[in-house]
Amino acid sequence: MYSQGLIGADGSTTETQEFLDAFQKRIDAEEKIEPTDAMPEGYRRTLVRQIGQHAHSEIVGMLPEGNWITRAPSLRRKAALLAKVQDEGGHGLYLYSAAETLGVSREQMTEELHSGKAKYSSIFNYPTLTWADIGIIGWLVDGAAIMNQIPLCRCSFGPYARAMIRVCKEESFHQRQGYEIVMTLAQGTPEQKAMAQDALNRWWWPSIMMFGPHDADSQHSDQSMAWKIKRFSNDELRQKFIDATVPQAEYLGLTIPDPDLKWNEEKQGYDHGRIDWDEFWRVVKGHGPMARDRIKDRKAAWDNGAWVREAALAHAEKRRTRKMAAE
Amino acid sequence: MAIFEAILELADDHLVLGHRISEWCGHAPMLEEDLAMPNMALDLIGTSRTLYDHAGKLEGKGQSEDDLAYLRGEREYRNCLLVERPNEDFAHTMLRSLYFAAFMRPYWLKTLEMTNDETVRGVAGKAEKEMAYHIRHAGEWVIRLGDGTEESAARMRDAVAALHIYTDELFESSPAAAEAERAGVLPVRADLRAAWDEVIGQVFAEAFLEAPEVPYPQTGGRKGLHGEGLGHLLAEMQSVYRAHPGATW
Ligand SMILES: [Fe+2]
Ligand SMILES: [Fe+2]
Repeated sequence: MYSQGLIGADGSTTETQEFLDAFQKRIDAEEKIEPTDAMPEGYRRTLVRQIGQHAHSEIVGMLPEGNWITRAPSLRRKAALLAKVQDEGGHGLYLYSAAETLGVSREQMTEELHSGKAKYSSIFNYPTLTWADIGIIGWLVDGAAIMNQIPLCRCSFGPYARAMIRVCKEESFHQRQGYEIVMTLAQGTPEQKAMAQDALNRWWWPSIMMFGPHDADSQHSDQSMAWKIKRFSNDELRQKFIDATVPQAEYLGLTIPDPDLKWNEEKQGYDHGRIDWDEFWRVVKGHGPMARDRIKDRKAAWDNGAWVREAALAHAEKRRTRKMAAE
Repeated sequence: MAIFEAILELADDHLVLGHRISEWCGHAPMLEEDLAMPNMALDLIGTSRTLYDHAGKLEGKGQSEDDLAYLRGEREYRNCLLVERPNEDFAHTMLRSLYFAAFMRPYWLKTLEMTNDETVRGVAGKAEKEMAYHIRHAGEWVIRLGDGTEESAARMRDAVAALHIYTDELFESSPAAAEAERAGVLPVRADLRAAWDEVIGQVFAEAFLEAPEVPYPQTGGRKGLHGEGLGHLLAEMQSVYRAHPGATW
């Protein structure tokens, strides 16, 4: 679902200046870089890391929403949520495939996720406590993902950019669907409206933290910008998101839990209150409320499925042997 | 009323199986299956929705699809026992789908030939193709696992031993279903045995599995006599809906 503001992409690289200049010229000319093209090692490493984290986020993101499939309060909502969670799995699959073009296997990336070496978006380390969370996640989390991913459709690396075009269409459908769930709750019984407000209260700050640290504190950003992997800074995207979301909340009659949020006429945008960066770093470093459960669940799915994957391989091998014997 | 009940039985089969399959979502043995299983669940839940809606109209008391799905308890659910069996492992899950789809595909094909109910015909036209896909998908897995490793073959045999005893119920018609059959709405269940045997026989031959003799088949779902698992499934599924009577979602 997400990649902006993820931590630790290291763009350092060791090629000759001549090579780097020639590469930069292609980037500046808005040429797409394809997997077989020569590229700086730092560019490749940054992309592997970013696409891998993005793919893991899609996969881990299936868990908090999957938590409500069996309890969705109408058959229509149940079907829509199943389809949404399935879409997220599909995004994970395209992204793993895009990363594989750079020479890492899905298996390797999966192991890094399970060992804690690879990160994923920390938003998914918060729990989904009520049905309203499903609406709020679609509205805010998919909404934030779109802000981040629309510029990625123009990312200099071809396979990533192409994957994002398809993903963005689905994310914007998820965002509208989420908003519609929240709208139904906001117009529903007092209990439903309270449920929606409570979910907004819990998800607002983690959602705006999704854009990552303030620009002044964000390492590695400049190189990603120069290589056109990234096109907007964390603060720019966060601002766009807040400006788009505040009127939507007002329309719903819900209150954004930030007493310092106010319109700034001069910058034609909203000012927001102080983000709790201690919480942000705590969650990024793996101490979010659901962090251990998410990895435990993913590992359990993988480990419990090992015999199935082994059987599929063994069966394919038997077929090959039989076919060769018959020929 | 009998036709309402017969349609409800079918709807319950599809919803309960769809719900069971959806329990895998995000926990499948591989990403490809995390994408394939929701498709199967969506097909089944989609069919259940059309059938509930139709049943509600036949009954004529203004019950919506959600009223029928969310406000009946375990003694009122009329699904067959096979579909409520727990997921256990991937072998059980795929075999359960194969058994069900191998019955439903000929059922819907027969429905297309004979039914005088236009809504049911519409469902049959769509569901027949979906069930063909479920047979293929689940059947391929039963073959892969049956003819895979020692462990997978053992698990597949365990699944057959656990689930085969629930398959006879597929061919039984409740009094309500029998009336719907006489009225030309639904096909006669007992007539579908040969078609089911053929599909299962082909898959089992390739999977090195044997269908066991079943001296004492397990039945009772159509009378609301379920296993203990269904109550938990419904308690979970219905919890939010029931906690907010009359709310719109
Ligand atoms: Fe996504
Ligand atoms: Fe999404």
